[in-house]
Amino acid sequence: MRINDVILQSVTKVVVFIIFTLAIYLFVSGHNNPGGGFVSGLILASAFCLLFLAYDTETIRKGIPIDFKVIAASGAFIVVACGLGSVLFGEAFLYQTFTTYTLPLFGETEFATVTIFETGVALAVVGVVVTIILSISEDV
Amino acid sequence: MLPVNLAIFIPFIAAICIPFMYRRMSRLHLGWFVIAIPAIVFISLLPYIKPVANGETFTYIMNWIPSFDIHLLTYVDGLSVLFGLLITGIGILVTLYSIYYLSKEESLPHFYIYLLLFMGSMLGVVFSDHLIGLYVFWELTSISSFLLIAFWYHRKGSRYGAKKSLLITITGGFAMLIGFIMLHTITDSYSIREIISDVGTYTDHALFIPTMILILLGAFSKSAQFPFHIWLPDAMEAPTPVSAYLHSATMVKAGIYLVARLTPIFASEILWFYLVSGIGLLTLLWGSFTAIRQTDLKALLAYSTVSQLGLIMSLIGVGSLAYYVTDSTAVTLFTQAGFAAVFHLVNHSTFKGALFMVIGIVDFQVGTRDIRRLGGLVSLMPISFTIALIGSFSMAGLPPFNGFLSKEMFFSAMLHVQEANIFTSEALPVLFPVIAWVASLFTFIYCLIIVFKTFFGKIHVDEERIASEPKIGMLVSPAILAMAIVGIFFFPSGLQQNILVPAASSIYPGIDLSHLATPISWWHGWNTEIFMTLGLIVCGTLLYLGLKYFMNVYKLFPTHWSFDTLYNSGLDRLEKSAATVTNTYMTGYLRDYFRYIFIFLIVVTLGVFFYTGAFSFTLENDSPIHAFEWILTTVMIIAAIMILFAKSRLSAILFNGLLGFSIAMFFVLFRAPDLALTQLVIETVTTALFLLCFYFLPAWVGKETDRKLNIPNLIISLGVGATVVLTALSVHNGKLVDSISSFFENADELAGGQNIVNSILADFRAFDTMLEVVVLFIAGIGVYTLVKLKGKKEVDK
Repeated sequence: MRINDVILQSVTKVVVFIIFTLAIYLFVSGHNNPGGGFVSGLILASAFCLLFLAYDTETIRKGIPIDFKVIAASGAFIVVACGLGSVLFGEAFLYQTFTTYTLPLFGETEFATVTIFETGVALAVVGVVVTIILSISEDV
Repeated sequence: MLPVNLAIFIPFIAAICIPFMYRRMSRLHLGWFVIAIPAIVFISLLPYIKPVANGETFTYIMNWIPSFDIHLLTYVDGLSVLFGLLITGIGILVTLYSIYYLSKEESLPHFYIYLLLFMGSMLGVVFSDHLIGLYVFWELTSISSFLLIAFWYHRKGSRYGAKKSLLITITGGFAMLIGFIMLHTITDSYSIREIISDVGTYTDHALFIPTMILILLGAFSKSAQFPFHIWLPDAMEAPTPVSAYLHSATMVKAGIYLVARLTPIFASEILWFYLVSGIGLLTLLWGSFTAIRQTDLKALLAYSTVSQLGLIMSLIGVGSLAYYVTDSTAVTLFTQAGFAAVFHLVNHSTFKGALFMVIGIVDFQVGTRDIRRLGGLVSLMPISFTIALIGSFSMAGLPPFNGFLSKEMFFSAMLHVQEANIFTSEALPVLFPVIAWVASLFTFIYCLIIVFKTFFGKIHVDEERIASEPKIGMLVSPAILAMAIVGIFFFPSGLQQNILVPAASSIYPGIDLSHLATPISWWHGWNTEIFMTLGLIVCGTLLYLGLKYFMNVYKLFPTHWSFDTLYNSGLDRLEKSAATVTNTYMTGYLRDYFRYIFIFLIVVTLGVFFYTGAFSFTLENDSPIHAFEWILTTVMIIAAIMILFAKSRLSAILFNGLLGFSIAMFFVLFRAPDLALTQLVIETVTTALFLLCFYFLPAWVGKETDRKLNIPNLIISLGVGATVVLTALSVHNGKLVDSISSFFENADELAGGQNIVNSILADFRAFDTMLEVVVLFIAGIGVYTLVKLKGKKEVDK
């Protein structure tokens, strides 16, 4: 099914990047402000949804050759590995820690292992949602 | 020295690396990389031998779930070093053998990932001191065994065997888990070492005997003891390296390991002796008796493994009498039985490993392992014949092979059982040596069958396949084992001093074992044991010559009355009755399922709330409702009513979306930005999903009937609404426990994040989040497979 909606496609080209940026912003700001891995994963997924709607799945597949099943699996893997990782450092399962460094340009910046965990969450969410949408829509 | 808990993780880490490595090194057989892993672990275990032989032990701890006292606690002593070396040592040989056995066309990454998974979990079993850790690794070995048996999953037999082994061992494993938890309740400790050191303080506990029986169930099902032995012959569908490794040398010995390890805890109860030695002897007899009638060489070896496992088990059982008797000479005698168990365990791994590998070679070169179609291979495969001869005669208990030494010890242990003075009847202690001798007679006969039916007689093999010796690399592993068989017979002292005596001392902590240090000798004069062996040779040879007549004995046993039939029909009935029950309520209509869910919700929630009198609330303390909230509520009510009267699915979805967005607005009003954000995005994505799904649903037909007032549905929906509203109001008023929110207010100091919601999600309650992510992933993969598989099936039709 080929769709040729010029307005939607032109708008999408711009808007998708805004959505992606928003997703990344929300991901990073989740530590101290509203946001977080789950939401940013969902927003990424909705951006992909928009792409699939504006174009068709085939075109997007060619443009972004990512297997979302792998994304979902690696997300789940990162989350579990994050838990096991702390065991290897002699701490309790899923123990999280944080520290601050002073970086050029950014000033004092906080680094937290939670970020890795949240990356896993985001990847799992985006992977699963897009996988579901793709597999249902391809079943036509 | 490399800490042992890291040694356990090496195979797991290697297994993770394989998928990434495989693409890079496609030209070399993957096995050459994998073989390094057991070698590394083997070498890293070697430095432990000397200190452990001197009585030192090592513990390492890694935190896992400290709030539940669950750790990854590893403990190195004689028994675990013995098993660790066995696992890695045989692991090296089996991997080497598999390189030649499996061609590169096979799905090698799968095979080696499963194999490494097994290796790591088996090491985990023997080095864990923590009961829960042991249990987790224990089940992991079952799962990897399942995967390996089903390696050739396109074969029906493989799938059947894999399922059978999984069902039986996991059922036993669950019993064992309950036993472990009960043991924890009794002793208030998860550490086996601590429980052993507190022995005597809990033996009269009411749960002590049930605990023992439950744990034994786990051990017996894993070690294929009667009547759980039925899974092992079916597990022979696995590739031969797997049969040699998991199903003869290591995994099936996990049960024996557990029984040996827990002997100090339970041996003071005489029931332990009766169960372990009784079941062991029964398994020994039945296994060897059934092995004779097998025509498939691997099935024969499987039953022989069953019987040999029974032998070791009965030796441990007799050895446990050392805790029961008080007389010091009797203690000496029975500790020798425990020592014999450890010794035979090593010997069995060598000769059975060699035999499996040789049978694999015969199968590989000739194309069949049915003894009715084999024969005369001695001139074609002389090296394989020599190895088979050494392995079989060692198993039969003949000199000059290591099996002779441990079989003599076995006989003498069984002869000494009567000295324990525990029996009320005269006949019972006599039974022990008699059963042992008869079972050994059967063992002798099937050993002759392996050698003579395969390698002598007429050549039956098809003309087009001329059997020959395989590549030299395939013979290396069995040859090394054959050399070990002979080597142990002539020079047992090194093994005895450094490995076996320390291992026996783990079974008997606190008992003086200095008498075990006397070197093993093969000649003790003309005693009863040697006459028993001579009797074996004479009677066994006679019976083998009259095998045709002996086979008639098996006709006395009805073929359809076996434990296999019981298992098959049990499983069949279970599936059928489950289907009957499920079909009564699974109608295939979504609205029926919703009805069940909602009725359940109303009954349970309202019932419990009324029963406990939780519905008590006042509206006085509520904050005033503002105009904006009124507007939103009105919008939601209108949207909800409009869904009911929507003309098409599309408008229903849109009204539903309106409801969702209004809820998001409420979150904004009540200053919950995180929730609002999530709700908004979720609403967007689900609306898209709904639209997608509704595309596939049939059109709304029969509107007239649908629109009739459906009284039961109306009652249910009103009931759900009332339940939710009442619950919400009561939750707001009732304060059963103190608020825990003050803890989370310190999120910035504790977790370094100012966003409390996210700190809770990703740090304080990260375990929930982790499992949710896993569940989400499983759901996603589930949808994918459902949709894709359905498509495939239609194509198949």
